[in-house]
Amino acid sequence: MTTSAMTDKLDSTETFGQPAFDRLLEKRIDPAWLTAKRKQAWEVFQSIDWPNPRDENWMRSELRGLRLSKFAPNIDESVEIAEGTPVRLLEGVDVSAGLRSVNGVVVSESLDEGLAAQGVVVGSLSRCARDHSALVERYLHSLICPKSDRFAALQAAMWSDGYFVYVPRNVRVEKPIHLHSAMGDGQVDLSHTLIVLESGAEATVLFESSSPDVTAKGLHCGGVELIQHGNSHLRYVNLQDWGKGCWHFAHQRASVGRDSQLQWTVAAMGAKFAQVDQRVELVEPGARSQVNGVMFTQDRQHLVYNTLQHHKAPHCTSDFLYKSVLQDRSRTVWRGMIKVSEGAQKTDGYQRNDNLMLSDAARADSIPGLEINADDVRCTHGSTSGRVDEELIFYAQSRGFTRSEAIRMIVTGFFQQIFDRITIQTVREALGAAIARQVRQYE
Amino acid sequence: MSHILQIENLHVSVNDKPILRGVNLVIKFGETHALMGPNGSGKSTLGLAIAGHPNYQITQGSIKLDDANLTEMEADERSRAGVFMAFQRPVAIPGVKTADFLRHAATNVRRPDRKEGQDLIPMREFRKELKSKMEQLKIDPDFARRYVNDGFSGGEMKRAEILTMAMLSPKFAILDETDSGLDADAVRLASASIAEIGRDKMGLLIITHHDKLLEHNPPQFTHVMLGGRIVETGGAELARELHDQGYDRIRKSYPDAEAANQQMLAKEEPLAV
Ligand SMILES: Nc1ncnc2c1ncn2[C@@H]1O[C@H](COP(=O)(O)OP(=O)(O)OP(=O)(O)O)[C@@H](O)[C@H]1O
Ligand SMILES: [Mg+2]
Repeated sequence: MTTSAMTDKLDSTETFGQPAFDRLLEKRIDPAWLTAKRKQAWEVFQSIDWPNPRDENWMRSELRGLRLSKFAPNIDESVEIAEGTPVRLLEGVDVSAGLRSVNGVVVSESLDEGLAAQGVVVGSLSRCARDHSALVERYLHSLICPKSDRFAALQAAMWSDGYFVYVPRNVRVEKPIHLHSAMGDGQVDLSHTLIVLESGAEATVLFESSSPDVTAKGLHCGGVELIQHGNSHLRYVNLQDWGKGCWHFAHQRASVGRDSQLQWTVAAMGAKFAQVDQRVELVEPGARSQVNGVMFTQDRQHLVYNTLQHHKAPHCTSDFLYKSVLQDRSRTVWRGMIKVSEGAQKTDGYQRNDNLMLSDAARADSIPGLEINADDVRCTHGSTSGRVDEELIFYAQSRGFTRSEAIRMIVTGFFQQIFDRITIQTVREALGAAIARQVRQYE
Repeated sequence: MSHILQIENLHVSVNDKPILRGVNLVIKFGETHALMGPNGSGKSTLGLAIAGHPNYQITQGSIKLDDANLTEMEADERSRAGVFMAFQRPVAIPGVKTADFLRHAATNVRRPDRKEGQDLIPMREFRKELKSKMEQLKIDPDFARRYVNDGFSGGEMKRAEILTMAMLSPKFAILDETDSGLDADAVRLASASIAEIGRDKMGLLIITHHDKLLEHNPPQFTHVMLGGRIVETGGAELARELHDQGYDRIRKSYPDAEAANQQMLAKEEPLAV
């Protein structure tokens, strides 16, 4: 096996070696199909290399500091949430269901009785793999292929638990469902999110991840699969607020069916390094998707987002807007791709990435791309990057704002275009507050 | 109330290029002063230097408001001390609603000791006040919800500057061509508004090339700037003379200042071929 400079230290991973995998299989009570799936993924994990730094998706990434041997998978250990771990998306929200995991293992579940009676399932993925075996078997890792990369393979083999949300045909879940992934300092989270909406179903899911304090370390290697059948409507919010010492790897996929609507809001605030591969597939005519991305980085944070909006069917709409604000020596990479398959006529695809740098040492890479194999389509993309305008700061100062208040306000204004698109007020407020907390004092 | 703004021997450079060369000016609370002068003579520069724009370096002289030395203050401290400038070219702040901007601005200016993060003027109270000021100035209530100067027409921007002045009620206001880019009706409305808000309630320094604004706000003093200096000061009649007859007499009477003005306006020398 060849190793590269980027990943040479990753391999010394006895903590994620065969004994750990064997112990995991032994300790878990998985249905046979799941054990088989895990073993297949484990084979992939053992047979492929870590990502090649020359690979388009990884060439702007930085894995040098990652030592897998410093982490060990949490094998079904249920622990208490660490004191101080914030919950940000619950404020002012009346929820219909909730799940919480600590270090990737679900420790609490709740669901309104009325919804349960209608057949709604909100529960631990490990438990649901047993209790709703056929359902989970049908959808789990149906969108994410373990061969995507070695992190995906590791996660597919060793995922510890996760969140399963299932909304049956024509059931509308009015109140939001709240999912919280907490990770202790130095711990590992290998959780998986699986959300399935049957035809005509509707739900709002608020997902957040957090650490006990801003400096906390950790490793998250996760997956998100959102599956929407015809005429369904999903609003999915994902607030990534890990401690600034965490590694975050995630494959996140959505499959949107006929005349369905997906609104996916991503806020990436935490982690030391994050690599997210986000794909929305529009698989049947009339599917519509909107993705709102907010990134706010500081210190030496380095966030990489590879997004794909894949039009597989005609008459679909995709609209991706990512905005990032960078402080200090932080770095963001956004590589967006609109792919239009043959026959996907009348596609309407839009992608945009705007970056605002608050320091000279910050760096934002923005790489939009189109791959179009149909002739009757409308696809537009664009990106901007720049420093915060001193003239705006002066204007605000001349109206009594201090310099740091002025910057704070300009940053809020920069994100406003995204907030205007977020239809859930409490989410807007929570994200606004999270952003305000992150803006440094500028002198 | 008695306040005084005193500018003494002010020299200002931009990118090390001298623009103002010894400006002296005293404005008392309640007075109206007109500042006139040909293009590029330094009028806006004087205003921006008083407001504290960081690109305008004060190399000599002083600006004082009562006992406070403005020269040593940041722009926001000057604003809180009671200085306001309505800009010739206000900038847009996308995503920030005019009402939110003004609420924060008014809070800071009215409570100069407010620390960051402390409460703003209560929303209801502020809304009421803003609404009545907007009615007074005949500004469409929709304005409040729009982003600061974003997509505003030239005229709307100037109106917004007047509204800002009304909300901040400064001790001294510099109005930099607040009448330019407006149609005849709008100039009349702006002039009347300024008179209503400003006259006797602050010291005004009105920079203008037109006569309408001064008709509504007759100046006690008219200053003529040329080549970065105030070369002549008179009463309202001087403003009328300049408006009717232009700057020929001034240019001829002050050849040194005229030379300096030409020098400032001069483009970079073309490269020798
Ligand atoms: N930020 C700047 N950078 C470079 N030069 C500047 C700057 N600001 C002013 N100047 C120069 O200083 C001189 C005076 O400009 P200023 O804008 O003060 O003139 P003004 O009297 O306001 O003219 P107008 O009547 O056209 O508004 C001009 O030569 C101008 O080019
Ligand atoms: Mg000017």
